[in-house]
Amino acid sequence: MSATFDSVADIINEVCSIDRAKITPESHTIDDLGIDSLDFLDVTFAIDKRFGIKMPVERWMQEINEGRSKVDDYFVLKNLCLRIDELIAARPA
Amino acid sequence: MQFDYFQMVDRLEALDLEAREIRCRAEVPETSTVFEGHFPGHPIVPGVLLIEAMAQTSGYLLLALSAYERMPFLAGIKEAKLRSFVRPATVMSVTAKVEHEGSGFWVTEARCEVGGRPVADAQIMLRSLPYPSETMRRTLRQFADRIGMP
Repeated sequence: MSATFDSVADIINEVCSIDRAKITPESHTIDDLGIDSLDFLDVTFAIDKRFGIKMPVERWMQEINEGRSKVDDYFVLKNLCLRIDELIAARPA
Repeated sequence: MQFDYFQMVDRLEALDLEAREIRCRAEVPETSTVFEGHFPGHPIVPGVLLIEAMAQTSGYLLLALSAYERMPFLAGIKEAKLRSFVRPATVMSVTAKVEHEGSGFWVTEARCEVGGRPVADAQIMLRSLPYPSETMRRTLRQFADRIGMP
């Protein structure tokens, strides 16, 4: 997960101009880093391209809205990185 | 281009759903109140309208790719370059190609050309959302029909 976190943190730093030192695995993208929905689109695009995946953000939001998941499950960085790793592992060869 | 109605695309010229690219025709009007202000004695199409032409062309592509089931809304523009002045009565070819299909958003690379020469280009990000109203869905379909979209 560490390499994934480093890449994601670098992306957030570059896309959102957030101090790299403030970005930790425990950081909440909204509550701690203040990333709004439009910036998160840019972050998602960069992550999708960097890792060759398509993060299913709409599905995650639906799960949250329907109470089947919590916001922290996807928007705390250590959890987001775990989801990214799962998507990478599921990529077709 | 109908500036007053904010319709920047006149006609579909080519649509390739497999390659996910589109080409449209946009003819700059000979006269417009826009030119009276932009600028007196030097009428040129405002850069923001060139960007809007690229965004609308991208939008038509995405409408077709989503079978008109979702509405693309402009969300961001990156690396926009306005390379040349575009004068009244100019015919432009506006193209867009999907760069990335994300979850609930698309990114296109779009370009305006005059006589085969690029005059503007940009990376366009659009959010893909459910239509806010049935009226809007019907109207967008009419707009698409007007320019000859299948």
